[in-house]
Amino acid sequence: MAIHHAHPPGFAHQFEDMQQQREAGSLGMWVFLLTEMMFFGGLFATYIVYRALYLPSFEIGSHLLEVRFGALNTAVLIGSSLTMALAIHSAQIGKRGAQVGFLITTMILGAAFLFIKFTFEWRHDYVEHLVPGFGFAIRPEWGAPGAHVPMFFCFYFFMTGLHALHMIIGIGILAVLTVMAHRGRFTPQYYSPLEVSGLYWHFVDIVWIFLFPLLYLIGGRYLRGGH
Amino acid sequence: MSTATIDVHEVPTGSRVNYLNAQYGVKSWLLTTDHKRIALLYLASITLMFFVGGFFAVLMRLHLIEPQGALVQPETYNKLFTMHGVIMVFFFLVPSIPATLGNFLVPMMIGARDLAFPKLNLLSWYIYVIGAIFTLYAVISGGVDTGWTFYTPYSSSFSHTSVVPTALGVFITGFSSILTGLNFVVTIHKMRAPGLTWFRLPLFIWAIYATSIIFILGTPVIAITLFLLFLERVLHIGIFDPAIGGDPILFQHLFWFYSHPAVYIMILPGMGVMSELITCFSRKRIFGYSFVAFSSLAIAIISFLVWGHHMFVTGQSIYAGLIFSVLSFMVAIPSAVKVFNWTATLYKGSISYDAPMLYALGFIGLFTMGGLTGLFLASLATDVHLNGTYFIVAHFHYIMVGGAVMAYLGGIHFWWPKITGRLYPDGWARFAALVIFVGFNLTFFPQFMLGYLGMPRRYAVYPSEFQVLNVMSSAGASILGIGYLIPLIYLIWSMRYGPTAGPNPWGAKGLEWTTPSPPPTENFEEIPVVTEEAYDYAHSTVIRG
Ligand code: HEM
Ligand SMILES: [Cu+2]
Repeated sequence: MAIHHAHPPGFAHQFEDMQQQREAGSLGMWVFLLTEMMFFGGLFATYIVYRALYLPSFEIGSHLLEVRFGALNTAVLIGSSLTMALAIHSAQIGKRGAQVGFLITTMILGAAFLFIKFTFEWRHDYVEHLVPGFGFAIRPEWGAPGAHVPMFFCFYFFMTGLHALHMIIGIGILAVLTVMAHRGRFTPQYYSPLEVSGLYWHFVDIVWIFLFPLLYLIGGRYLRGGH
Repeated sequence: MSTATIDVHEVPTGSRVNYLNAQYGVKSWLLTTDHKRIALLYLASITLMFFVGGFFAVLMRLHLIEPQGALVQPETYNKLFTMHGVIMVFFFLVPSIPATLGNFLVPMMIGARDLAFPKLNLLSWYIYVIGAIFTLYAVISGGVDTGWTFYTPYSSSFSHTSVVPTALGVFITGFSSILTGLNFVVTIHKMRAPGLTWFRLPLFIWAIYATSIIFILGTPVIAITLFLLFLERVLHIGIFDPAIGGDPILFQHLFWFYSHPAVYIMILPGMGVMSELITCFSRKRIFGYSFVAFSSLAIAIISFLVWGHHMFVTGQSIYAGLIFSVLSFMVAIPSAVKVFNWTATLYKGSISYDAPMLYALGFIGLFTMGGLTGLFLASLATDVHLNGTYFIVAHFHYIMVGGAVMAYLGGIHFWWPKITGRLYPDGWARFAALVIFVGFNLTFFPQFMLGYLGMPRRYAVYPSEFQVLNVMSSAGASILGIGYLIPLIYLIWSMRYGPTAGPNPWGAKGLEWTTPSPPPTENFEEIPVVTEEAYDYAHSTVIRG
């Protein structure tokens, strides 16, 4: 290329202009989320099939989960989605300090979620011998209907684990964004990395919104008044 | 296609800066973000995998020369067909055209400087390589014997081979396909040159777009399925294994939910190449552009609805079977539309029989055979007889090898002068195309007959009345093998010694041909403005040579 115009910061050479780059970035994220949807979708479908096949076992398994932790985590995550949205808003109106503040809050909330998940819930499950492959103990009171409780926990750990992995990646992305925001990289004209990462963060949030009832709530406890 | 005419006459390759000589050294290749160089990285790696997979095929055909098996133990035979299938499907055919020709051509055909996300593109190659290493490790550490379909419970409790590294390898490469597909979709949506509307796009782009949709929607499902299989094996928790409470049929549903669309991942890009070849070598615009374009999308969509036709005899309700049968017939319609339109394009064209065209004509014949025999299999009653026999093997090889690989080789021969700036020896190329065609038919036609007569697939021994046909098939395979080696030799030779090609040796339309060969790193000095439809050969002023 013979003539190069002076390009705005963050501009990548393969694009014609900043607008094209921004549109490509957000379309790319949407397409990626489509893939993610099918990824979790396959898992949800498998879970639903087995839940239908082995309903008693899945109900027993669901009862053994700690709903209060799940509910608390749901609130934490929804809060983090709000602060994420506020971070983008502060970039749009050009407030650097608020941007950094909201990003850090989002990270803290994400970390709180993981903390509750790992140190309270999973540890509790481990102590109760509910982790398949790590000293899982079948309890006599489950009887014959409980034959597939280990399968429920296998799904539980896989699904929440995969979700947690997404959270960890998300926190990593947020850390990078925080540094960028702190250096003043985002302006009302250019904030698409924030916007695109926000999409991702909300998506991970939505996955949890599906996971929570699927795993914790539809055990029949509330529908049938518990045991 | 563009109004800009070419003024890059025979500049010797060495003296002009292009993507090949812009930088030297291993590092400049391993860290490149140029889509053209990444295409070549893929080309080298999938060619390697093709010959590894081919090696297992040769051993199988040698073994089957004798009814009692001439070469290996039955257990080893199981490993041979598994590793052949896994490598050919996941490590050669799925990435073949998209990752090589697609990577090279998508930006060039739409008048862009690169794909939308060049670093992601490089990352996807590394992911492919890591996946391939896992699978090759499985090969070395004793092999796998589950069949490329990994059916449970073979793959869960019964197999004592390297199922875990193989499944992980396939799982990992899946992400490479997803990233490639994502990159293509965004690039095609957002980076077309001014004036290049959707209905002016080359049909190759439509085909790649449709393929990318399947990559994006299908691949994650196989990924999750293989991961569950992996968990089952590692943790011994029943998910798919009936002995410990899992459901093996569910595995098949999930597997084919991806793998039927995946067969279209393998053929759609080939169909795209076909539209480019047929138009160029009959010097006509495509017959029924929008039909060909939309049939690609139709195939991509319907292909997600027919997976049950692989399970007609595996415990699926008869009503489900009926519906899957009808839907399978429907997916044949857009495929047939394409074949008719290519044929109609040939009609009254001024046809020349250059090497790429020979491959294209071979494709039409072989793909038609493969597609028509698919209808036998999609009919419930005939499938009960043919299921699990060599008829299946012949059916999908006619499509995947006779179709997809033919198109791949045709495409490589067509764009080779653009990629390398050099011409290959035309006589040898035509000779190789004929050898491949003859060898292919001799290998696989007898397998239709074997299957019809009742010879089951995946057995190491067979009754002696099948020997004649088996020997024919093995003889054909050796001819086919030689046919594949010839291009390998002369193409490599031509990179150094071939005559300079010039920007447009075929007199073809399309933006990629308006650049010098090999193209400069940024593809276009100035982004072209497109003012005409694709394949406007009737008003063409471009001449060959
Ligand atoms: C014209 C449309 C097609 C129809 C109606 C069709 C139909 C079928 C059916 C019904 C089967 C299952 C047979 C059985 O298991 O009993 C089958 C198997 C197969 N088809 Fe096709 N097919 C078509 C196109 C293709 C294409 C385009 C490809 C690949 C590029 C392909 C590759 C395969 C493979 C790999 C198998 C065997 C899978 C296995 O069991 O290992 N088919 N086909
Ligand atoms: Cu199929």
